[in-house]
Parts: sequence; C-alpha cells; structure tokens
Amino acid sequence: MLIINDIIKKLPYTNPFLFVDKLIMVNKKAVEGSYTFKKDEFFYKGHFKEQAVTPGVILTECCAQIGLVCLGIHLLDLEEGNSKDFQVAMSSSEMQFLLPVFPPETVTVKSKKVFFRFNKLQCDVKMYNQQGQLVCKGVLSGMMKIKVI
Amino acid sequence: MADDQRLAQLKDIVSIYLPEDVSVEAIGKDSSFVNELNINSANLVDIVLDVEDTFGIRLENEDMDKMQTVRDALNIIDQKLQDKK
Repeated sequence: MLIINDIIKKLPYTNPFLFVDKLIMVNKKAVEGSYTFKKDEFFYKGHFKEQAVTPGVILTECCAQIGLVCLGIHLLDLEEGNSKDFQVAMSSSEMQFLLPVFPPETVTVKSKKVFFRFNKLQCDVKMYNQQGQLVCKGVLSGMMKIKVI
Repeated sequence: MADDQRLAQLKDIVSIYLPEDVSVEAIGKDSSFVNELNINSANLVDIVLDVEDTFGIRLENEDMDKMQTVRDALNIIDQKLQDKK
C-alpha cells in the first residue's frame, strides 16, 4: 500500500511543470488534491501581457496530474501490486472553464473515476478555488500502464 | 445472417473512432485496428467498451491482447455469446 506522499514522489513531473502540492485523500474511486499557483510561475510572464491569468491548459494539466495520474498510480499499485515504472499519456480532455484563476490562488481538484480498464483511466474532474467556487470541470482520459521491460 | 449483422454492428462502433483520413469502407474483416485503421490504444479501449455494451458481454485482458483484427473481434464476440448460452 502506498501512502499519500509516496504517490506524489512517483509523479514523473518536476518544477516548473509539477502542479500537485498535496493529496488530501485517495481511494479506489476518487482522489482529491491541491496546488497553489504562485505569482512567479513561468507562464504568467506571457499570459497575459497586461495581467496574470492561469491558462486553461495549465488548469487542465493540474486536473490531470491530480485527478488522473495520482489516482492512476494508486490504482496500478492496488491492481498490479506496484507502480514502480509506469508510462502515462493523456488521451483526451473535454473541459469547461467557468472562472478565472489569478495568482496567488490555491485550488483543490476533486476527481472521480468513471472507469479504469485495459490501462485506460477516465475521470470526472472538478477544480475549486479557495472560496469553494467551481473554477473548471470536465472529463479527462489517459493511458496508464506498467512499463514492460 | 447473424454474422453479417454483427459485422455491421461492429463497423458502426469502429467508425466512430476512425481517424479522419480513414474511411468506413476501409473496414474489412482482415483489417488490423492499429496498423491499418490507425486506431490508437486509447480508442481501441473505447471500441471494446462499446462492444461490451452493444453485445452484453465482458472482455478480459487476454481478449484485448488477442483482438488485432476485425475478424479477431468477431470471433471473440461469437465465443462470448456462445459462453453466455
């Protein structure tokens, strides 16, 4: 059994593209985690020229790292007994963006598994801001599998 | 007769996931999903899930590994439906 911090350690991302600070809970059906968008994130220099607004692709990426990849690591660990060397690829995303995210802001991502079969994980994801308002939501899918050596 | 009907149902499912540059007419019994119809692994899973719903069967990992061509898929569907009887 992995503990929550081990899941974050297994993520294949690092600064400046790691968008998970902590996981609040994870089980075989759902995951919840948070990330703080800091004022000096690299993309705020160009998005936009006049005012820093978190790009939708980055919000999507944050939802995917918490909602798909962290949950996927946990599920691989449960099903295969380990998640040591895994491969991951996002295969589809359908997102709606409801509110802008200005830095600094701490967002919480809540993700529910739709299915995990034949290495494909599909999740319903929702992101909330500090006020608890829904920022974006959607359906994300990705392929997660143990590397065959 | 039942075979033709199953092939038609399978074609309907597969056609949803064909890339834009592959036409429905390209789907033959010997077509390879990945190599000829250019269906990626993520969409192949979607096809399997749709097949399960359409035919009321459940496929396992071994079935997925065996399912290279349209004919393979038809054989698996056939076998699963037989097993159900």
